[in-house]
Amino acid sequence: MQEPESSKGPWARIRPQQGNLLVWQVLMMIGFFLLWHVLAVPGILPPIYFDDASKAAFFFGEPLKVFARVWEWFYSGDIYAHLWVTLWETFLAFVIGTLSGLVIGLWLALNPVASALCDPYIKALNSMPRVILAPIFSVWFGLDIASKVALGVTLVFFVVFFNVYQGVREVSPTVLANARILGANPKQLLRYVYVPSAMSWVFASLHNSVGLAFVGAVVGEYLGSSRGVGYLILQAEGTFDINTVFAGILVLTAFALVLDLLVTLVERRLMVWQPRQGETERI
Amino acid sequence: MALQGAPALALENITVTFAARDSNDTRYTALKDATLTVAPGEFVSVVGPTGCGKSTLLNVAVGLLEPSSGSVKVFGEPLVGLNQKAGYLFQTEALMPWRTGLDNVTAGLEFRGVSREEAVRRAEDWLARVGLAGHGHRYPHQLSGGMRRRVALAQTLILDPQIILMDEPFSALDIQTRQLMENELLELWSADRKSVLFITHDLEEAISLSDRVVVLSAGPGTHPIGEFSIDLPRPRDVAEIRLTPRFVELHTNIWHAMKDEVLKGYARTRIQ
Repeated sequence: MQEPESSKGPWARIRPQQGNLLVWQVLMMIGFFLLWHVLAVPGILPPIYFDDASKAAFFFGEPLKVFARVWEWFYSGDIYAHLWVTLWETFLAFVIGTLSGLVIGLWLALNPVASALCDPYIKALNSMPRVILAPIFSVWFGLDIASKVALGVTLVFFVVFFNVYQGVREVSPTVLANARILGANPKQLLRYVYVPSAMSWVFASLHNSVGLAFVGAVVGEYLGSSRGVGYLILQAEGTFDINTVFAGILVLTAFALVLDLLVTLVERRLMVWQPRQGETERI
Repeated sequence: MALQGAPALALENITVTFAARDSNDTRYTALKDATLTVAPGEFVSVVGPTGCGKSTLLNVAVGLLEPSSGSVKVFGEPLVGLNQKAGYLFQTEALMPWRTGLDNVTAGLEFRGVSREEAVRRAEDWLARVGLAGHGHRYPHQLSGGMRRRVALAQTLILDPQIILMDEPFSALDIQTRQLMENELLELWSADRKSVLFITHDLEEAISLSDRVVVLSAGPGTHPIGEFSIDLPRPRDVAEIRLTPRFVELHTNIWHAMKDEVLKGYARTRIQ
């Protein structure tokens, strides 16, 4: 949208545009916390909805107390052990889920008979709400990290599996025929054609699967554990300590962003062969 | 080993019938009783109206497609499985997009167990021969259409195939690039005279490159309807040779043979 020429004033220079996007994004965040502060902290506004001025803070927490809690966690170092457990669970769930999805996806995609045989069961397992398996995993694998990893794996596996399956199916028949004529045997076809093609689809779903591994870890902890950020949230909720719950959510969100950034970096490094949108590097 | 004097490639009475998936009644016979030979060192072009089954012919020759009846012989021996003596240049993109230009050229050697250093050395040599020295580190999407064709050419020729099958390899290129590539192909070919079976719909391209031009009938049931020996002197320059009287004469003769079939093919596609 092009602004008309006449609107050139101070606003034209500071309005959100490509150059100052980050500034505006930070301002939005600050605005959000300010609004939260004003609405929740007792005594700033007269009670509008609740009959008691302190009730808003009870239900929604107070941003300053939330920040104080986050600061306290990191300053005292209490959070590190929990964060480490959650991230370790995420990592394990991601690696195991991706590898098993890759192997089984490749195997089924290259075996039409096995694929036809398993098709209804794969569909059933995929459409099942798998989070409901968490209590069973707690019984099977105990309250330690194994049950959380198992939950994460069930979430990650299907994302990767379907992408690998698709990736193998989408291999260009010409590229495949060409590799065969160049002399590739079935093993070499797998290594040189099928796996790279499948990997491009796996990477496309990497953001998704890392996110789901994280969800699996936190939900698993929330449903029963003795360590982890999900456990901290569960504990705080038990004592109606809403500020700590929000502090936990804030920390989880921040680390989800960090994980996403890591994935983006890995993706850039490994997917150089794919044209990026708008890329015009040609000769 | 190969029989003395046997043609490099002999397609004998090839019939290819595709069964329709939904019912057995609607079969499509792409090729019917097609016979075609390519002598060792001969450059043969096949021209025909659009959709006449030219690519099917090549797919049979390389062993990707088994004919319904008829036999394929390579240097006198019946073809089983893929044609090991043939290289194939596809009409569409066949490079592996996840490998650099250089790695695409080395692929065939790696499949054959040649060591990486040796493969890279030879691939760099071939990239230089097709005019791409120093561009090997680029991925296919970073190369222009003409450059990708050169990489594909190097990828095929590095394996030193005795027969080269080409399926309209330059049809996607603009006319200038195309003539450059045609000249380069002729130069590479004349260095060690492989047998070439070159499919095209462009009669001028066929005449300027070949020793012999085979004209196919319109589909279905495509088969060769004429053969023309091209006695133009070599070495040729594809742009200049088009202006010679003999070229025009050949072009007129072959076009007369083709015209009816082209019109038939055109009429058929219009009905569909």
